[in-house]
Amino acid sequence: MTIRGRVWKFGADVDTDAIIPARYLNTSDPAELAKHCMEDADPTFPAKVRPGDIIVAGKNFGCGSSREHAPIAIKAAGVAAVVAASFARIFYRNAFNIGLPIFESPEAAERIEEGDEIEIDLNSGVIRNLTRNEEYQATAIPPFMQELLAAGGLINYVRKKVGKECIR
Amino acid sequence: MNAMGMTITEKILAAHAGRDEVHPGELINVRIDLALANDITAPVAIKEFEKIGVEKVFDRDRIALVPDHFTPNKDIKSAEQVKIVREFARRYGITNYFEVGRMGIEHCLLPQEGLVLPGDVVIGADSHTCTYGALGAFATGVGSTDLAAAMATGEVWLKVPESIKFIIKGKKWNKWVSGKDIILYIIGKIGVDGALYKAMEFCGEAISDLSMDGRFTMANMAIEAGAKNGIFAPDEKTRAYVEGRARRPYKFYYSDEDANYSEVYEFDISEIEPQVAFPHLPENTRPISEVGTVYIDQAVIGSCTNGRIEDLRVAAQVLRGKKVNPNVRLIIIPGTQEIYLQALKEGLIEVFIEAGAAVSTPTCGPCLGGHMGILAKGEKAIATTNRNFVGRMGHPESEVYLSNPAVAAASAILGRIASPEEVE
Repeated sequence: MTIRGRVWKFGADVDTDAIIPARYLNTSDPAELAKHCMEDADPTFPAKVRPGDIIVAGKNFGCGSSREHAPIAIKAAGVAAVVAASFARIFYRNAFNIGLPIFESPEAAERIEEGDEIEIDLNSGVIRNLTRNEEYQATAIPPFMQELLAAGGLINYVRKKVGKECIR
Repeated sequence: MNAMGMTITEKILAAHAGRDEVHPGELINVRIDLALANDITAPVAIKEFEKIGVEKVFDRDRIALVPDHFTPNKDIKSAEQVKIVREFARRYGITNYFEVGRMGIEHCLLPQEGLVLPGDVVIGADSHTCTYGALGAFATGVGSTDLAAAMATGEVWLKVPESIKFIIKGKKWNKWVSGKDIILYIIGKIGVDGALYKAMEFCGEAISDLSMDGRFTMANMAIEAGAKNGIFAPDEKTRAYVEGRARRPYKFYYSDEDANYSEVYEFDISEIEPQVAFPHLPENTRPISEVGTVYIDQAVIGSCTNGRIEDLRVAAQVLRGKKVNPNVRLIIIPGTQEIYLQALKEGLIEVFIEAGAAVSTPTCGPCLGGHMGILAKGEKAIATTNRNFVGRMGHPESEVYLSNPAVAAASAILGRIASPEEVE
């Protein structure tokens, strides 16, 4: 399966307050959160992002708070995937848990420019830059995380596990 | 094959995974001693928990729900969020739900109540859950979905982190230097992703001399270097703190001499001055002597980083008999009701009010730009909090500078970022 989309580019250390400012956290409604996605990094982002677009950023994307509202806001804004040089660890877990595809590749983060058209192969982690005719390899997803994804996220994974225990 | 030595982090994780040893990089399932959420993260966790379809939580005594971020409820939406948490706590018989008037900022409150203990594995849907590492526990922040799964199963999957050792040696402390300055100094050296995915283990002579409150402050900010956890070897100070608070048995773990570290840093306490982190990252640190002239509009003393009794005592020491500058709003927020009462008994609250400060009931409030001290466009604040990201305390074009309580208090008096030595 592949994701193809247009790129919005951000810098290093994009924090969770930039992704979804705390002043909007008095709700957890994804549609409401999406209206303010990336607002403090780029106030025009919520208006210009289109479904299927892809965010590409530098190192330590999603640093700061544990707020799951951050990947939820990105996903609800229609962003299909996030590519970054590296991810902060809580954001990394949260993205997998809620089903936002994320890819770690310092090379892709450096080479891809805003407006580029890229295509990501979800299974192999190969990122193709259609605008520049380049290819980058994202870090492989650990087997356990793949299992989580295959189960449809952590909650479904736990449901199956708990269900098994109940039968036993 | 001889077993390699293990770090304190590895030992705690191994014990909770039911194994003799674990190695960095391994994915393990561990039993948790406590799971925590607040009024922002719990509603999302509750929604996910209900999708799992279990009839009860794994252990109603081992979940803590602390509405502290937007409480006392700042608006209708926040009130609705807290109501979801309160009703969930009632429905599932959660023992440790803390209501306004009996609560505190979660990371000040849980150690105080003896709910987190040495040797524990604690997860919390709040990034500053790493605070409890000060007790010699493994504690880390997770998201709401992880917390939902943990409330159902009592377990969490974790990757065993590599450990970085920070040795702070020396006996010669500069005046007014505290745990806050040590951790800001370290973050300034290694950067906001300098310990990404790793454990930060703090040791050395200066760490032994550091109070429990100072250790909580340091462990609290491990996340600001990207770390999974921050941790201290327990000692007599730990024992003295935990005694009388613990409601269940606890265990002290220590790193082996031959434990493996990915990196080792060594600093001398004498090289550390009071630190100020400039906007907009905690790594933008400068020693107080190199700050220059920065006028401020607001000073905030409090938060899960610096809202403990020792922090209030230091602030009072600087503020006693002085007045807050006419151009500054000083807001002081004790971390818990117990700390508030203690400060009242010691006469600290009187010092604050006479100086012209506003004293608030415990809340995370201004730290994350929630309420109780929001900045307007172009305003600058010095704060004893943990983050100075863009828009953190209010308008995206406002600025936050991070410091210890003594520097924040001195700055409130002089109207610009200042060393406490300037007002002595």
